Amino acid sequence: MQNIKEELLLKLKEVKNLSDLNDVRVLFLGKKGKIQEKMSLMSTLSNEEKKSFGQEINLLKEEITNLIEELKFSLEQKELSEKLSKDKIDISLPGTKIVKGSKHPLNKVIEEVEELFISMGYDVVTGPEIEKDLYNFEKLNLPKDHPARDAQDSFYLTEEYLLRTQTSPVQARTMENNLEKGPIRIICPGKVYRRDNDDATHSHQFHQIEGLVIDENISLAHLKGTLEVFAKRMFGNEREIRFRPSFFPFTEPSIEVDVSCFKCNSKGCSICKNTGWIEILGAGMVHPNVLLAGGYDPNKYKGFAFGMGPERIAMLKYGISDIRHFYSNDIRFLNDFNRIEGGVDSED
Amino acid sequence: MKISKNFLIDYIDIKDVSFKEVAAKSLKAGNEYESVYKLSEAKGLVIGEVKECIKHPDSTKLSICQVDYNEGLTQIICGASNVKKGQKVIVAKVGAILPGNFEIKKAKLANEESNGMICSLAELGIENKFLTEEDKEGIHVLPNDAEIGEDPIKYLNLDDEVIDFELTSNRSDLMSVIGMAYEVGAIYDKEVITKDIYLEESKDITKTHKLSLETDNCSLYIAKMVENVKVKESPNFIKARLIASGIRPINNVVDISNYVMLEYGQPLHFFDADKLGNEIIVRMANDKEEIVTLDNEKRILSSEDIVICNKTKPIALAGVMGGLDTEVTNETTNILIEGAVFNSSNIRKTSKKTLRSESSNRFEKGIDSNLTKIAVKRACELLVKYAEAKVIKNELFAGEITHFPKKIKIELNDINSVLGMNLTEKEVSDVFKKLKFEVKENQVTVPTRRLDINIKEDLIEEVGRIYGYDNVEGILPKVTIKRGTYSKKAKLIKEIEKEMISYGFNQVITYSLVNDLLINKFILKSKDKASVLSPMSEDRKYMRQSIIPSLINTMEYNLSHKNNDVAIFETGSVYYKEKDSYCEEYHLAGLLYGNYLINEWQNKHIKADFYLLKGIIESLLNYLGFNNRYSFVDKDLISDYHPLKSASILVDNILVGHFGQVHPTISKKEVYVFEIDIEKLLSIRVRGIKFKEISKYPKVTKDLSFSVDKEVSSSVLTNVIKKTGGRNLIDLNIFDVYEEFKEGFKSLTYSLTFQDSNKTMTDEEVMQIIDKIVENVEKTGAKLRTK
Repeated sequence: MQNIKEELLLKLKEVKNLSDLNDVRVLFLGKKGKIQEKMSLMSTLSNEEKKSFGQEINLLKEEITNLIEELKFSLEQKELSEKLSKDKIDISLPGTKIVKGSKHPLNKVIEEVEELFISMGYDVVTGPEIEKDLYNFEKLNLPKDHPARDAQDSFYLTEEYLLRTQTSPVQARTMENNLEKGPIRIICPGKVYRRDNDDATHSHQFHQIEGLVIDENISLAHLKGTLEVFAKRMFGNEREIRFRPSFFPFTEPSIEVDVSCFKCNSKGCSICKNTGWIEILGAGMVHPNVLLAGGYDPNKYKGFAFGMGPERIAMLKYGISDIRHFYSNDIRFLNDFNRIEGGVDSED
Repeated sequence: MKISKNFLIDYIDIKDVSFKEVAAKSLKAGNEYESVYKLSEAKGLVIGEVKECIKHPDSTKLSICQVDYNEGLTQIICGASNVKKGQKVIVAKVGAILPGNFEIKKAKLANEESNGMICSLAELGIENKFLTEEDKEGIHVLPNDAEIGEDPIKYLNLDDEVIDFELTSNRSDLMSVIGMAYEVGAIYDKEVITKDIYLEESKDITKTHKLSLETDNCSLYIAKMVENVKVKESPNFIKARLIASGIRPINNVVDISNYVMLEYGQPLHFFDADKLGNEIIVRMANDKEEIVTLDNEKRILSSEDIVICNKTKPIALAGVMGGLDTEVTNETTNILIEGAVFNSSNIRKTSKKTLRSESSNRFEKGIDSNLTKIAVKRACELLVKYAEAKVIKNELFAGEITHFPKKIKIELNDINSVLGMNLTEKEVSDVFKKLKFEVKENQVTVPTRRLDINIKEDLIEEVGRIYGYDNVEGILPKVTIKRGTYSKKAKLIKEIEKEMISYGFNQVITYSLVNDLLINKFILKSKDKASVLSPMSEDRKYMRQSIIPSLINTMEYNLSHKNNDVAIFETGSVYYKEKDSYCEEYHLAGLLYGNYLINEWQNKHIKADFYLLKGIIESLLNYLGFNNRYSFVDKDLISDYHPLKSASILVDNILVGHFGQVHPTISKKEVYVFEIDIEKLLSIRVRGIKFKEISKYPKVTKDLSFSVDKEVSSSVLTNVIKKTGGRNLIDLNIFDVYEEFKEGFKSLTYSLTFQDSNKTMTDEEVMQIIDKIVENVEKTGAKLRTK
């Protein structure tokens, strides 16, 4: 018995790989192996001898099996690691660029605003860009010859039709189309056009987002509350808003809305021209003439309206200094907007 | 609108209030401003007398001056050519600071010591455009009454501050110093100082002159005369206040006309009465009538222009500019003063085609006709005082005063319900008191100067802005709770955009207005073009009918900036003219150029080509639920594409778009584009998703290879296979296409997968279908190569 073990140890020393080991296994544990050879001697023994011999040989078998398994495991490990080491690559080489597009920054801003107002129950409504003078001006308390028409010098196509200078005509259309003359809560994004020469801060084509709420008992305080939510959501929770009196023909009272500067936290910087405030929207209570033109009774219904420029918001938010970037569509510019501004802990 | 503090404090006591604060409070009350500044920032100046002035021996330009300003004689080297002995001059002493933070230091000029500087007005910070020709050339020479040792800034009345307001277009009342005094009075709760005008008069204009008003576009015309006028320089305070207000001083007479306009907001016009004759007619111009205006330009008039005429011809373009023939000159002695109210829109039209002036601007915004007569009298008063004029009794008067105090009924509840505040009667009446509006019970009387206030809401705004919007507490409206929605169309467009972005396309936005080169390209429907009446340039003349041309331009822009691979898309409207109206259609367009996918060191490239774009369009259509319902055909092709590498896109056999390679005559590069009419596409019904149980039975795959004429398109065979394969043919792929050795033929190899959802298909069953397929395909002229 001892000889068998010693012989095994000698053989195992010579084993180089799994196939050598298999040979050794067959030699000792195989059907015609040395253990089996010993077992065949059993029949020649007495019952008593059988018992002790049997125990002895079983022990030896177990021992041999263990030795072979041990070596097998370590050989397998070795072979695997040899195999893996052949797979070595330079992980620092660049990855394959995954094809990925980007949302236009203006649409990013518009959708952000839309989603915010949708969550407050506003419907998103659109209207034609080639608009009737009637809706673009007259129904908005801007009769022919009104001097404020000059300020938004327009592209006329005929005497009757022009490229809308504002998204407000959608208000007029929505009021008119609402046959029950009940409450309205809408937001109207879209392209508008004015006769401006294109430069860093002017564009003959730009976007507006208009909001309109009509209901009984609507007041300026509701406008302020609504825009406070908007300012905090768009520009951060610490933002405050300020109302300044202004003038628009379609609202009375009219308001210019400033948001506390989100770049310097109102300390004063170049963005807010050291005032701590940034002008961000025009707003006001819907003028009774506009309500009347839309078929609403100004004694029963009141409303507020507000309008903002996505270009301006995007320029402030992302630090873009030239409005022409939005329309020249340089891919490097566009690719700057192909990610979310996320992270649970990010500046919101 | 520039407001001078010195001018304003004639009418309201705010001498001790900082003008910066006035500006800040005005901003809160709704009057934006551009800037607040001192008229002259110069410090450390003194009036001196040039006691001696000799030419510098080494310089032709410099003079060596000995100047007396009560500190002994000081030597100053002066470079101005007009410096002379005996002049009273403005001296910047050593240590003085001139605008731009320029400090005066001791210096040596051509070896001579200079202890200061003799100044021009420009060096004091007065803009060149306000200076006389003389002052533009050299130092400013003060008159003899200037006292040595005094502050020249004070002497010249340049110790003034200015707020440059950007007023809203409704506040015509603020285009005058007195109007601004009322506004500042409301903010600071102060009274406005009023002054009576008393004139000594003789003779009677009504005896010598005649006025006839022949148009409704002039509601009031007043003409008054003064005689014996001496035209000369204005006193310093008038000059300084004009400069502070942005108007160039000319002479006392012209300056007084401008001064009164600034003061009251009523533009006046002065005629040389001797050149005028004795008859004034106010009427509309005749078409093609002519006048030479003050600026020596011949103006051709139209029937929209109001003109002032004498017996023979127009002598002024009303409200905009006087005529050259009746201009006030240095020789003028008798003046006819015109104070009038002209129709805003006529003045706007006339000034738009001639000249926008301070005067036309005020007429456009509207004039309170109650001020016209007072302003004319005020001009007389000043002409007496500063031009030695004698006033002639009475005036010619035509038309009427059209503005009366407005009475508006308003309840406290009206105010609180709009502002969302809880103001008391007292708080509200305090605001009206500050504004000098009279309140009696529920009625407010609005003074005539406030042309902008007509209805109760206007009054509510006054309360809000004077009481302060800071006091409005923001709350959310109490409204029915509902979720807001996008329209179905908008939602689907957003899905399409998201999908395009996921395919690697950058979303772009281009201009809707295009030029006549682009307008005719890639048009899906031939309809009339929409064009603007007077385009700003030829490049922005038509409303686009296709998005593709703008995408090609965007690609070129990027290539010129070395962005070599371009995958872009845009969603937006295209526009058509339809009879007397217009229609807009929402389209999706995309462009692919260069490498789509790239990993250079691995040498992996996927280049943009026809089939890549086709695959993208197929993916999009599948995403939108149109699988198995679309086809690509070579019918109705657009000539702007490569004729053999383009296709029309059909869904349910409805034409929805097109795609392919851009025709080489449009772009020499290999550019692929597509455009789809989204509205048409989305009008096609799509069923909801319904899960089909996955078959448990095995799939059988067979390959078939056919030889077919090169000109036959694969879809002919594919359609036959699909139709013959029936329900159990669950997948079909073309995995090999090549041109055969035999000329004019190609080989197409299909891989067909069969599966029955209810049982395992036997070989025989599959072979039966295969045989049928081969039979049917061969009917098209193709030949089976291998099975």
